[in-house]
Amino acid sequence: MSDAVEALPSGESSPRPRGRLKIFLGYAAGVGKTYQMLDEAQELKRKGVDVVIGYFEPHGRQDTIAKTQGLEVIPRKTIDYRGSTFEEMDVEAILRRKPAVCLVDEFAHSNVPGCGRPKRWEDVQTLLDNGIDVFTTLNVQHLESLNDEVRHITGVRVRETVPDWVVDAADEVVLVDLTAEALQNRLQRGVVYTPDKAKRAMENFFTEANLTALREMALRHTAHEVEGRLSDLPIPARGRAPIARPGPEAPARHERILICLTGRPSTAVLIRRGKRVADYLHAECLAVHVQRGSLEEHNEALEKHLSFARNLHIDTYVLRGADVARTIAEFAREQNITQIFMGRAGSGRWFSVVKSTVHRVVRLAREREITVVAERLR
Amino acid sequence: MPTSADRRPSPEELLRRVQAEERRARRGRLKVFLGYASRVGKSFRMLDEGRRRKERGEDVIVASIQMPLTPDLEALMGHLEYIPPLRESYSGKEFEVLNVAAIFRRHPRVCLVDELAYDNPPGSRNPKRWQDVDNILDQGISVITAVNLQHIEEQQDAVERITGKRARQTVPERFLRSADEIVLVDAALDDMMQRAGSREPVDVRRLSELRELALLLAADVIDAQLVNYLRSNGVELRWGTQERILVCVTPRSDACAMLRSGRRNADRFHGTLLVCYVRQTDLNTKDEATVAANLALAAELEAEVHVLEGRDPIAAIMRLAREQRVTQIFVGHSRPNRWQEMWWGSPVDRLIQDARDIDVRIFPHPEMP
Repeated sequence: MSDAVEALPSGESSPRPRGRLKIFLGYAAGVGKTYQMLDEAQELKRKGVDVVIGYFEPHGRQDTIAKTQGLEVIPRKTIDYRGSTFEEMDVEAILRRKPAVCLVDEFAHSNVPGCGRPKRWEDVQTLLDNGIDVFTTLNVQHLESLNDEVRHITGVRVRETVPDWVVDAADEVVLVDLTAEALQNRLQRGVVYTPDKAKRAMENFFTEANLTALREMALRHTAHEVEGRLSDLPIPARGRAPIARPGPEAPARHERILICLTGRPSTAVLIRRGKRVADYLHAECLAVHVQRGSLEEHNEALEKHLSFARNLHIDTYVLRGADVARTIAEFAREQNITQIFMGRAGSGRWFSVVKSTVHRVVRLAREREITVVAERLR
Repeated sequence: MPTSADRRPSPEELLRRVQAEERRARRGRLKVFLGYASRVGKSFRMLDEGRRRKERGEDVIVASIQMPLTPDLEALMGHLEYIPPLRESYSGKEFEVLNVAAIFRRHPRVCLVDELAYDNPPGSRNPKRWQDVDNILDQGISVITAVNLQHIEEQQDAVERITGKRARQTVPERFLRSADEIVLVDAALDDMMQRAGSREPVDVRRLSELRELALLLAADVIDAQLVNYLRSNGVELRWGTQERILVCVTPRSDACAMLRSGRRNADRFHGTLLVCYVRQTDLNTKDEATVAANLALAAELEAEVHVLEGRDPIAAIMRLAREQRVTQIFVGHSRPNRWQEMWWGSPVDRLIQDARDIDVRIFPHPEMP
């Protein structure tokens, strides 16, 4: 971080290089993300770095609040929405203040409507674009790609998510680790929540099984982030083998994944799954929808899925064809797709249509791998 | 090669488990701070936890700490009682051996032990420090300790690939896995470079690779704890925390490409590769040879191989898949022929139907047009 700070130009008008983003990743409230972020900020301040708090959520935690001592806080802005007043981070005030480093708690937060940008991570992009380094906090369950797994494990559908590419683009992702047992002790001691809220939390989301599973996901995801950054690093002079196991392995071919979209509700699961596999395989990811009727026909559910895919940085295509399976198979051939992702046949209204499409694509595109994605229900 | 029947615990196994539980109940608890390099802050985390526990009224002592102390470690040591290790010389070398006798006499509730990977000189109570720690735990004293990934015995091949060096002093992974709690001490690479200052050049790639390895090792240890917890509480968890790929081998599918793809995918996801074959009795010599070759390749690729029995192959595969928390099943198209073409799909079709909560990836047959 200090490099960027030292490179800070003195002139008002000269543009700064893009700010650096550091994410403190945890697996639940109370593991100590904000505390560690503040601790590092205090250290920077001692070294003379101009660091401010852009947004801080105290949650009544005394240890954490004590860590803000001496740090400048940019006041939040208030927004009136449907008769209530909400407080959000004041991005414009931070831009005017131009600190070297800005702390922004709760990266996955959704802003109240009328605030400007819908998501806090978008606010953070603005700060970074203006040359401000940002420290932020995030729990692993807010990653878009893990949304279905988290729901399966915990029974909770997390609504506030951050697209994976935003986290992948961070300069640093640091894991803040704590054992599930220690976190439960903290809850019991009332460090994290008020006693009644803590009790409810431990009976529902904060069970030992949930916490352990989420923690494992956080460790694995941090490993994935570390590995992703390895490709940007220079290869050592002495040829060192990659971390993968030794032994026979076919040369990695260039993978291209195609996700077949429909208007079905489970399409969101399909998109997340296809994108996650593509990311791990370092594959390109495309999505296609084949419409049998006219292209102008408006389908709200489908539009939503297409825009969701685009938000995850997936190239989307809408094609027209009387024979859906054949159109998909031909498109896959044209695009040199190696693997086609499809949703499975459900029951009810979609059953017959989807079932026949899946089965016909399997037959028509026999030279490609086809993945029929599970319904990730609990 | 494990089969389904092998996984049922025998009476001896159950007795062993009960005895292990009793021993565990009397034993102190082991907590390990795992780091990926020196200066990630393991000792600080260990001492800081000791300080906080002491503030909450626990009887905590320090049994070893790496010298010289940095100012922040020195401040923490000021809060804690110290039973210094014994200084011993052996053939011109200085050693620091835990003062186990003094620790037993003092009998604190919690004992902090820095540098778990440490070889004692010949003639000591134990050759290795982790064995001293094991003795301390047996006395009902809990231990909080710190160790680097580079010092885990089973990780030496991987560590050597990254650093070109093997550690002289190591701790077996099973001791790490026996810990009640393991905490990964992570640090950003920027911070590591700053801490190193200008004293030495930092190999960022090397550090990153060690960091990834440490994160994955901790994830594996925690996964084993999770599985244990779920089994002992009768909770079913089908998938979620890591990718587990099951490749189904038949005499008539091209298992070679599928197995290699399974290996590559499992590696990319840092997951597990499983291979299953449902035994068929009516095979000709050629098919038998194909199966044998496929299973040999599976073993070579370090897959966990399961040979299943059962008249209903799909049901057998699904049972294994659910039991093993499989997230992706890889199957091949059968070799096409006219008769099959008409009926094509029935096994694969059924698999897709039955594996509602598992992804099914269908692989092409190489001889296909």
